[in-house]
Amino acid sequence: MTTPLVGYLLVAALLFAVGLAGALTRRNAILVLIGIELMLNAANLNLIAFWRYGPHPEALTGMMFAIFSIAVAAAEAAVGLGLVIQIHRHAQTTDLDQMNRMKG
Amino acid sequence: MSFVFWLVAALTVAGGLAAVLLKNLVHCALALTVAFAGLAMLFLQLDAQFAGFAQILVYIGAVAILVVFAILLTRSSETPKGAGIFSRTWGAGLVIAAAVFAVIGWAVLQSGAGLPHETGVPSVSVQQIGNALMGRYVLPLEIVALLLTAALIGAVIVAMHEKDGAK
Repeated sequence: MTTPLVGYLLVAALLFAVGLAGALTRRNAILVLIGIELMLNAANLNLIAFWRYGPHPEALTGMMFAIFSIAVAAAEAAVGLGLVIQIHRHAQTTDLDQMNRMKG
Repeated sequence: MSFVFWLVAALTVAGGLAAVLLKNLVHCALALTVAFAGLAMLFLQLDAQFAGFAQILVYIGAVAILVVFAILLTRSSETPKGAGIFSRTWGAGLVIAAAVFAVIGWAVLQSGAGLPHETGVPSVSVQQIGNALMGRYVLPLEIVALLLTAALIGAVIVAMHEKDGAK
């Protein structure tokens, strides 16, 4: 007898793989950031699922972890997209295959 | 496993797939919003109401809008026709992602019987979450506040338009 937890974990694994594939294969820097966001969300789903089916949900540990993770992901998105905008202003491209110099 | 769960899971994964596969960047952002909404629904199904609504507020309300703004601000650099939307090493990336999914899926299916079982619906009120945030988790809360302030200032400084000759 399997628990419903298996379904959530499989969905999270699939979403993580999709995000990883997006981050590794797309040319556009914004799409890479989207892939990273999907991976972070998949991890959040794991945290919430284990909180729900774990032995002590009243301790709120997994829920708190997920909430802090959401906050950190928001900060990461803001800084990452700011970097992409600045690189675009500097190099006129968001194509990662063309971004091969750290120094302008 | 309920029918609703599989429906929402399929919607979420389809949104994620569309977000990384579509050619038009604005369509990618919209598909990403669908994936975020599906995840929020999964959180609500897991009785994590607070996390679900925080997901809607933060991701659909802020991150998706931020992504749309970034896409529109970098609009002039659409990939030239014929260059494709995937990088030169897309094959290796796909293999790595498939391998990661195979390993995680195998681990989940192997440990299926050992995973914890249903322990009853946890009833968590927002008041309890607030008490925990102000009590046991007050130090992480302060650190997150500091991190968000630093990220705010950092994002503004990074994206700020430089005056001529101020390099």
